[in-house]
Amino acid sequence: MKTKLPVIKIVPKIRDASIKISEKTMVKTVEANEFLIGVADFFLFFSQAVRETFSRNFEFKEFLRQCHQIGFKSLPLISITGAIMGLVLTIQTRPVLDSFGAVSLLPSMVAISLVREIGPVITALICAGKVGSGIGAELGSMKVTEQIDAMEVSSTNPMRFLVVTRVLAATLMIPLLVLYADALGIMGSWIGVNIKGDVSFVLFISQAFSVFELIDFLPAVVKTFFFGAVIGVVGSYKGYTAGRGTESVGVAANSAVVLASLLVIIVDMIAVQITDMLI
Amino acid sequence: MEQVNNISISGMNNTETIVEISNLKKSFGNQKVLKDVTLQLYKGENLVVLGKSGSGKSVLIKCIVRLLNPDEGSIRVLGEDVSVIKREELSNLRMKIGFLFQSGALYDSMTVKENLEFPLRRIKKKMTQKLIDEKIAEVLENVGLLDVLHKMPSQLSGGMRKRISLARTIIVDPQIMLYDEPTTGLDPVTSDEISLLINQVQKKYKTSSIIITHDIECARATADRLVMLHEGQVYKNGKIGDYENSDDPFIKSFFKG
Repeated sequence: MKTKLPVIKIVPKIRDASIKISEKTMVKTVEANEFLIGVADFFLFFSQAVRETFSRNFEFKEFLRQCHQIGFKSLPLISITGAIMGLVLTIQTRPVLDSFGAVSLLPSMVAISLVREIGPVITALICAGKVGSGIGAELGSMKVTEQIDAMEVSSTNPMRFLVVTRVLAATLMIPLLVLYADALGIMGSWIGVNIKGDVSFVLFISQAFSVFELIDFLPAVVKTFFFGAVIGVVGSYKGYTAGRGTESVGVAANSAVVLASLLVIIVDMIAVQITDMLI
Repeated sequence: MEQVNNISISGMNNTETIVEISNLKKSFGNQKVLKDVTLQLYKGENLVVLGKSGSGKSVLIKCIVRLLNPDEGSIRVLGEDVSVIKREELSNLRMKIGFLFQSGALYDSMTVKENLEFPLRRIKKKMTQKLIDEKIAEVLENVGLLDVLHKMPSQLSGGMRKRISLARTIIVDPQIMLYDEPTTGLDPVTSDEISLLINQVQKKYKTSSIIITHDIECARATADRLVMLHEGQVYKNGKIGDYENSDDPFIKSFFKG
């Protein structure tokens, strides 16, 4: 009897553990399955958007409206953040350069930092928040209120009208916004330099661009097109595939910002690696 | 289950079938929404599809325009099998079908005028701006709303949104009208006005219509024939009088509160 007692206690524990493991495994398997289906769904959506981009009957008027919406309406936010970006970077960098006696390098260092990395990434992240969430929420609410279905039954391809126009507008407008942010960042830097010094704008600009080469500029511009495409595609995908309830609009907007921001950082990492290999 | 009648439409000379649905089945996951639906829409008639919420009424008309793909069965619209035709043919077929959505589905970012122009510019591409403006004025007059042309949908009441949505649907002269809960969320007076408009559209544009509703007053006002859906199947097919005189407890509960 004494030897049997532990066996009776242990066997159910082992069974419980195996049941728990199999349940956990099932849950993880289902989650992994859903993740893979989501990834496949995203790439199918992307490939359909690309296919529709090159089809006939491009919705030019809607494309221009989206350019205005994404580009022009983002100018105030980008102006403020761009200028502050340059100003803060200058104020933070100055003491470090001062300790090496290299304050004269401040304009070119800030300009290179802004143009190569900080300007594109910060602007893209701000656009992921503003533009990505806007597209996600707009398309999500159109889905919930059956506007996308209405478009489909009135013989209009919603993918072409809603998605292609937004993705293309984001792809073209975000590089322009980045260039604008870079320019304002350099202006902000000039103000930052003049807080503790007296440098004319012409001298500042000539110093800033004295060490500039095409390789500093070109990869940074090229990657912003990818940032724009990512923000447009993710926002459109999250909105277009939103659920039917009103809460899905918020979910679509939120997940668009999260995923677009993450992908911007990943694309940036890849772009930096490629640039590094090419130089 | 009450007998399912294959009735002829008395009082209507033409019995040409416009929409023919055979053994339609549709499920979402494990939930079987439409189990085996067979029905016909004849030329020029208003067919009301009645049923409780969740009985599959909206799924049925969404399958007709292939917003949803059926699992089994066939749907022939104007002689074409909707579930197998190519996208371009489907697009051409949809030009002949008007769909009034439950929510109205007006495009929020466009004015009333732009909403009305939207389908016209895509379906009747050769129309001049003058003809478009005339057509817009005509449909707005038909729905009794001439003074809202430059308003945004958010500035309209629920009834006005439904009317504008109806105007947007009829502006392309459809042969078939599909109404998804046209009076839901409206007060009784506005509901009566919408029912009246449905009848006017039928007479003026010679449309054949399927009206999905659970509003008995709307059904009484508009139906040439009624089909009742229950648990994903056709429960009864007949005239309004057949329902009102029925002893079936389910139908009685529906018609008499």
